[in-house]
Parts: sequence; structure tokens; C-alpha cells
Amino acid sequence: MSTMVDLRAVTKRFGSFTAVNDVSLEIAEGEFLTLLGPSGCGKTTLLRLIAGFDTPTEGSVWIGGEDVTHLPPYRRPVNQVFQSYALFPHLTVAENVGFGLRMQHIDKTEAAARVTEALALVSLTGLDARKPHQLSGGQRQRVALARALVCRPKVLLLDEPLSALDAKLRRSMQLELKRLQRQLGITFVFVTHDQEEALTMSDRIAIVNGGRIEQLGTAHEIYHRPATRFAADFVGQANLLEAQLLLQDSECVRVAVTGGLELTLPLAAWPAGATVALIAMRPEKVHVSKSRSSTAFAPGAANIFQARIEEEIFQGATDHLILVTAAGTRLGVVVANESALGDIFHAGDLVYCGLHTDDLVVVKAE
Amino acid sequence: MSPAPVIPTDSRTPHWRAWLLLAPMVAWLVLFVVVPTAILLVYSFCERDEVGRVLFSFTLENYRRVADPVYLRIFLRSIGYAGLTTIICIVVGYPVAYCIGRAREDWRQRLLLLVMVPFWTSFLIRTYAWITILKQEGLLNGFVQQLSPTAKPFDLLYTPTAVVIGLVYAYLPFMILPIYGSVEKLDGALIEAAHDLGAGPLRVFSSVIIPLTMPGIAAGTLLVFVPAVGMFAITDLMGGARVPLIGNVIQNQFLQARDWPFGAALGAVFMGLFALTYWIMLKLGAHSEDSVA
Repeated sequence: MSTMVDLRAVTKRFGSFTAVNDVSLEIAEGEFLTLLGPSGCGKTTLLRLIAGFDTPTEGSVWIGGEDVTHLPPYRRPVNQVFQSYALFPHLTVAENVGFGLRMQHIDKTEAAARVTEALALVSLTGLDARKPHQLSGGQRQRVALARALVCRPKVLLLDEPLSALDAKLRRSMQLELKRLQRQLGITFVFVTHDQEEALTMSDRIAIVNGGRIEQLGTAHEIYHRPATRFAADFVGQANLLEAQLLLQDSECVRVAVTGGLELTLPLAAWPAGATVALIAMRPEKVHVSKSRSSTAFAPGAANIFQARIEEEIFQGATDHLILVTAAGTRLGVVVANESALGDIFHAGDLVYCGLHTDDLVVVKAE
Repeated sequence: MSPAPVIPTDSRTPHWRAWLLLAPMVAWLVLFVVVPTAILLVYSFCERDEVGRVLFSFTLENYRRVADPVYLRIFLRSIGYAGLTTIICIVVGYPVAYCIGRAREDWRQRLLLLVMVPFWTSFLIRTYAWITILKQEGLLNGFVQQLSPTAKPFDLLYTPTAVVIGLVYAYLPFMILPIYGSVEKLDGALIEAAHDLGAGPLRVFSSVIIPLTMPGIAAGTLLVFVPAVGMFAITDLMGGARVPLIGNVIQNQFLQARDWPFGAALGAVFMGLFALTYWIMLKLGAHSEDSVA
């Protein structure tokens, strides 16, 4: 699949502040790519560089094989859905949606047909004559989407478009956006600080931090194989453990982590030649059982250790446990509340933990 | 949850305590606006005797005189001058207001202060300052002579141009301030959205910025046009009374001709004109307010 958006070694400075630091990123045609990061990480600046509201200090921006670095926003084949929606308050819904077509001098009857079609696409048929202030937040969001899509952009940019919606509406809009993207085949570049949004919708996620892309990959890759401490911590939860190399053989390494717990990792996972490294462990990958004989510890669960439950937080579908191992290492784990008749955990209980060697991931400390 | 207590409210009839708070203002308005206006209206139907005293009898003679082509022409000329002043104020004031409104926040207050600085000096003194600039041996001519000694000095003072310069100078801040208010409220994302949808700078200006700052333009027009129609000091000082406007005529009727009933009739017509302008502006303003809300 061909490249639609190509950022080549892009840097953007505002005075002495570097918002985007030497970022290169290729986004494929028809891809749903999410820029995920905390506020101030540079993700919105990256979007603005693609839209043309900002010009890079260094590097170049290519869209559809064309260098658009110095093209103003109104000459770029991209459209944006703004965080605040930015609907024109003096225009009706139909005039808002038709604004881009009017700017392109599209024939009136064709424009009207396309506006109707776009409003139908976002399920807003019949609201043509309303003014933005007469709409609900969710409806405004849909108008903003229709207004951008009606121009048939090569790339649709979305700047935290769901952040102003309530949780329930947000989830249904996530699915709807994904459906629209598949249906239209347009490249979507989506900016968010919400990891759940990113995991739900994206083909690929770029984790942005400090003006750089820390990791680029599918939701699965990012979640199961975080590359850096930041990626492990920002997406989902993780136990981050400093590990010291103890033993090494042809297949495995044995390490001691913060607090003294000893764990086994595949040799391939361990950085060659290192004596210390940072390990990320997802809390739900630790299997917890009251008896050692449990089937939870299938072959491969080479790491089996005892721990005492320090705290138990009941969360409905899951139980969050804070464990302290015999050696003194503290771990957060999540267990599914599969059956009310199964193991019930209480603070103070002594439990056995099993952990597959492949579920330990070495991450970069920086 | 217990049901919320029902608080009887009727936004249209304020409580008696609210009236108590409003009393000073109501008294002020009655005393200095309603009563004088009533007196003016009554006088406009009266006659005067040879020494200028008002005789309380009913006549429409004063209004018939207002309809005289001489005064009609002066009315039209006043509207023309005020209209021209308003247009120049919009053209000159809009860019200034826009720049201040879009400037960095910490700069806005300082720039606004610059707009207000002239108000620190008496209006008459500032008008005399203009006279020293515009008169034949004044600063402007001196400057032109410095640049090209052969140029003939031009007569600017006591011409219609001088009157318009004086009017624009006096009323420009009243145009800048309300437009600034609208520009400052304008959401920058709307401008970016318009750019994003393919609008070049000119289209953004005509399709988004102008419509959304229309309430400011309407308010500024009202604040400039209405007082400019009735202005008499500037026309006296800078126009040399050669181009009398309606303000001068009314002033003359009261102070020189001592024909109070006729002056009152002119004033009443004049006031009707204001009310009409205000009503039109209100309609325009209300229309755009509705869409901005």
C-alpha cells in the first residue's frame, strides 16, 4: 500500500521550546493511525504540521507523494475535525457542511446533493436548517465530521474529537468512526491522550512523548511488547522492575528484580551483554491461585513464586491485588472474577503466582 | 432525593427590592431625560413672542418650517457627513481593532490604552491642536514645504475635509472599542477551520470574520453615526461655520435666534431620526447576536 502522509525528519521549535524533535513517520493510504501521548507531548503540533497551520522548522511534509511543506492549509488535500468542533455559529448545519464545497466553487446542485449525502452518512438527516447552538454536543461533533468528509480529503485529521463527549457516547462514536473509516477508505490521523480510544480504533499507534515518537506499532504490539518505560506505563498498567542479571545459559537468563524476587526470561529477550535492565510486567499476566497444583501454572509458566496479598480492591469484573512476594517485591496484579465459586482473595491470604517467561518484556529505561 | 424547593420566579417583573436598587437610576432618567424630552416636545408645538419667550399655544407651524428645503438639505448634509465619518471610521478602525484583538494577550491592554490616551485631554484642546496642524501656516503645510519648497500651501482648515477629519478623529475610538470586543471574542479555531476547508485569506475575512464581528461593527456605527450627526463644536471650530450641520442650526435657534419652539421641533425630528437608526441597528445586531449565541 502506498504512503499517503510522509513526515521526513520534521522538527518544530517555538522559540527555545522544541515541540516536535526530528520525527519521521510514514502513514499508509487508508490507514487509521493514532498519535497517542500526554498533553504537551507534541502530538497536536504534529497534526498541525500535516494540516498546514504550522510550518516545520526543519524537515519536510509530503502528502500523496507531493511536498506540501510550504503549502497553506487551504491548498492541502486534508481536512480536520477540531477539538472544539469550530462550527461557524452564524451558519446553519447545511451551510457549515457546504462551506468547503462553496470555497471550491462546486456547482450548487451537486453541492446540495453532497451535503445531504454527508449528513446522512453521520445520521443527521433533517437537521439542515438548525444553527450549531441548537444542537447537542454529539450532534455538533457529527456536523464537524460531515463538514470535513464532504470535501473528500485524502487525509482526515482528528484532534481529540471525542474528548468533549460523555463516556457512553464516546464509546459509540469510537465504533462509528472506525466504521466510517473502513467504509470510506480515507486515511485517518487521530490525536488523543486516551489510550482506550487509541487501542479501540487504530491500525497503528504512535506513542508520542517529549516531541518524539517513542514507539510505532499495532495496538497488540504496543500493549504486549512496549518498547520503552513510557510506552509501558502510558498504555495500560505495568509493573516496572529493575532487573539484575544473575545467571545465563543457552536459552534463559535468571534475574533478580527490585525487592529480591528472582525471575527467568528467555535469553533472546535480554539485551546482549547487559547486566541490568528494566522489565515491564502487565498485571493481568500474573496468574494467581490459592493452591500450587492449579492448572493456571501450565508448562511454560517457569516463574512460580509465593506472595501475600497486601490489599484487595474489588472492581466488579476484575479484582486488583497488591502482592508482596516472600523476597519482598511488590507487584500489582489483576485477576478476573470468573466465578463467585472460584478462588476468592482477601487481604492477608498467601497465594501462588505463575508467570510465563514470554510475558516479561525488557523496555528501554528512557 | 427530595424534590427541589419551588422558587417562584418571574423574570419580567422584578421584586420590589430590585426597584429600590434601581430607584436612583430611574430618578436620574426621569429628571434628566424624560422630563427634558417632554419639555422639548411640548415646546415644539408652541409659539414665541418678539423677545423670544415661549407662548403656550398649539401650532404645527414649527414642523412645517422643519420641512423647508433649506433645513432638509442641512439634515441630508448632516447625515452625509456622519455617514462618511462612519464609513471612514470602519475602514480605518477595523484593522486597528482586529490587530489589537488578535494580539498577544499581554499586549492587548497596552494597545487599548493607546486608543484611550486622547481622552485624557479635553476634547476642545484636542480640536484646537488640529487647527494648528491644518491651518495654512500650520504643521502640515510646514512639513510639506520642508519636503518640497515649491509646493503651494493648501487650504485645509475651514473646509468640509477638515470637518470630516475632525469628526473621524473624535469618534474613531468609539468605533475601535466595540469592534475590538467582537474580534477578541472570535474563536481562532474558526479561522483555522475556514482555512482548512479551502478558504484563502480574503474568503475567510468575508465569510467568517466579518459576519462574526458584525455586532461590533453595528455597535460602533451607532456610537459614531448618531453623535456625529448632531455634532456642532467641530463644525464650528474646524469648518469655520461655513458648512452648518443640523447641530449648529439647533444650537443657533436656541442661543442666537432665541426661537426655542423651532429649535425644539428640529430637535424632535432629529431625535426621531436617531430612534430610527437605533431601531435599524438593533434589528441588524439582534439578527447576528441570535446566530452567535
